[in-house]
Amino acid sequence: MATVEHSNGAHSAGVEDGVRRRDFINIAAVSAAGVAGLATLYPLLNQMNPSADVLALASTEIDISAIKPGQAVKTIFRKQPLFVRHLTPQEIQAANQVPLSELRDPQSLAERTKPGKAQWLVTMGVCTHLGCVPLGAGEGENRGPFGGYFCPCHGSAYDTAARIRRGPAPKNLEVPDYSFKSDTVITVGKAA
Amino acid sequence: MSFSWAKAYEPKHPLMRWLDQRLPLPRLVYGAVGGGYPVPRNLNYWWNFGVLAGLALTIQIVTGIVLAMHYVASGDLAFQSVEHIMRDVNEGWLLRYVHANGASFFFIVTYIHIFRGIYFGSYKAPRELVWMLGLVILLLMMATAFMGYVLPWGQMSFWGAKVITGLFSAIPVVGTSVQQWLLGGYAPDQATLNRFFSLHYLLPFVIAGVVILHIWALHIPGSSNPTGVEVQSEQDTVPFHPFYTAKDGWFASLCITLFALVTFYAPNYLGHADNYIPANPLSTPAHIVPEWYFWPFYAILRAFTSDFLLPAKLWGVIAMFSAIILLFFLPWLDPSPVRSGNYRPTFKWFFWILVVDVIVLGFCGGRPAEEPWVMISQVATMYYFAHFLIVLPIISWTEKTLPLPSSITASVLHGEAAEAAPIDMSGQRPATAH
Repeated sequence: MATVEHSNGAHSAGVEDGVRRRDFINIAAVSAAGVAGLATLYPLLNQMNPSADVLALASTEIDISAIKPGQAVKTIFRKQPLFVRHLTPQEIQAANQVPLSELRDPQSLAERTKPGKAQWLVTMGVCTHLGCVPLGAGEGENRGPFGGYFCPCHGSAYDTAARIRRGPAPKNLEVPDYSFKSDTVITVGKAA
Repeated sequence: MSFSWAKAYEPKHPLMRWLDQRLPLPRLVYGAVGGGYPVPRNLNYWWNFGVLAGLALTIQIVTGIVLAMHYVASGDLAFQSVEHIMRDVNEGWLLRYVHANGASFFFIVTYIHIFRGIYFGSYKAPRELVWMLGLVILLLMMATAFMGYVLPWGQMSFWGAKVITGLFSAIPVVGTSVQQWLLGGYAPDQATLNRFFSLHYLLPFVIAGVVILHIWALHIPGSSNPTGVEVQSEQDTVPFHPFYTAKDGWFASLCITLFALVTFYAPNYLGHADNYIPANPLSTPAHIVPEWYFWPFYAILRAFTSDFLLPAKLWGVIAMFSAIILLFFLPWLDPSPVRSGNYRPTFKWFFWILVVDVIVLGFCGGRPAEEPWVMISQVATMYYFAHFLIVLPIISWTEKTLPLPSSITASVLHGEAAEAAPIDMSGQRPATAH
C-alpha cells in the first residue's frame, strides 16, 4: 500500500521510508490492546492465589512440656498438620548412624533440629509426595520400616529424623520456621 | 451435510417455512440428526455409545442444575447440605444418586466409545480432529468429575483434592506456587471448595460446546463404519432418522434400565464409604483411592517408585498425563491404511491385549500401594506405552491385512446373498456383490 502512494509522490515525510502514519497507529493500537488484555488477565488469575486472611494466619505457640520421650503430638499450623516429636536417645542414635550418602534428600539430624535440642523434631505432617498425613505421630500408629513416619497413601517411609528413606516421596518432611520461646514452648511460623 | 444424496429439508407447514426463512434451526437439526444425515447402513451396536454419552451429559447437566439449588459450597455447610439433600429435599436422594452414578455411567459409555474408535480405526484420516476433540472432551470430563467429587466435602473429597492438586507440586521450581494457586491456600479449604463449585458448574457447558464441534467435525466426512471402507454411493447409507434414532432409542432404553438398576439397588456400590465421613484435615483415610474411572491413571502415577534423572514423583505425574496426551498422536502412530481391526489380524490381538492391560491397570489402581500391585502396575504401564509407541507403528508396517470388501453394501450382502436378496415379482433375484 505504501509503495502505491509513494509512486504518486503527493505525500511527503513519512512516506519516504515506506511507513505511514496509519501503520504506526495500527501497531500502536494493537499493541496497546494486547498489553491491556494481558493486564486484564492478571487480576483474573491472581485472585486464585491465597487471600490476605489465609496468608495472615499467625504463628502458632505450642506447649511441649507434656510430650514424653518417644511420644509425638499432632497439631495444626496454617491449616495443615504439624508433628512435634520427642526423640528417645536410641532414635537420635539411629538417625545419626545413617551415612548422608545413602539419603535421597541428604540432611543430618542436627540440620533438622535446633542446636542443643536434638531431641525435639518439629516437622510438617504433610507427605512430600502428594500431601497425605503420614502415620506415626499418634499412639500405636504404624511408624513404618524406619521407625519414623509412614505414609499410607503411596507407601513413603520416613526415618526417626523424618527423612525420606523409601517410597515415592522426593523430600524429607519439611521443617517449618520455628524457635524455642522457652524450654517448654515453641513458636512455629515467622513471628509477625 | 456430507453426501450429495443427503435429503434437503423441505418444510411442509407454512409456519415452518416462515421460520426456515428467518432462523433455519429446524433445517440444522434435520441435517445433523434427522433424515438429512446419511449414515452407513452397517453400523453395529458399538456405534451406539456416542449418543449414549450425549444422553449421559444431558442427565448430568439436568440433575446437576437442580442439585445446585440445594447445595451450599461452604466448608462448614457442604457436608450437611448434601445430607440435607439426601434426607429432607423432596426426591433429593434420587437426584443425588442419579448424579453420582450418572458420572460412572458417563465414563463407562465414553470408555467404550473410545475403545470402539481404537478398534475400528475411527481416528484415522479424515477423522483426526473428531478423535482429538473427543480427547479434549475426555480431559474436560476428568476435570469436571474430579471437582464434582470434592464438593460433598467428605474425607475422600478432601484428600482427593489434596492428592490431585499435589500432582502439580511435582513441577520443578514453580510447583508449590502452582498448587497454592489452585487451592487458594496451603491446604484444601473454603477457597478451594468455592472455586471447584464454580468450575464444576461451568465445565459441563464447555463440554457441551466441544461436543458440538466433535459432531460438526464428524459430519464433514460422515460416520465411520465397521468395515472402515468409505461410503461410495447412496445404497451404502440410510438416513439417521428414522433408522438410527430408532436403534439408538431402544438401546438407550436398555442402558437406562441397567443404569436405573444400579441407581436404585446399589447406589453406593461405586462410591467410597469414607466419603460419608466429614472432611478432616488431620487424618488421612487408611486407603485413599479416586473413583474407579481414574484407577488406570492412578496406577500409572504410582508405578514410578525410584528416581532416574528426575524424582520418582515427577515421573509418575509425567507418565499419567502422557498416557492421555499420547492418544492425540494416535492417528500418526498407526499409519496403516486399513482402518478396521476386523481386517487386521495382528492388530486385533494387540488391541485385546491393550484392553486387558487397561483393565489390569484399573484393578491395580484400586488396590493399596503394596506388592504385588505396584510391580504389576509397572509391567502394565510399560505395556501401555509400548503398545502405542512400539507395537502399533511396527504392526502397521509389517502386518498382512485381509482383503477389504469393495463397498459397504458388498460387505453387508457378502455370504448372505440368499437371505439378503428379496425375490421380486418375476421371481428373479437381484445380483449381489461378493
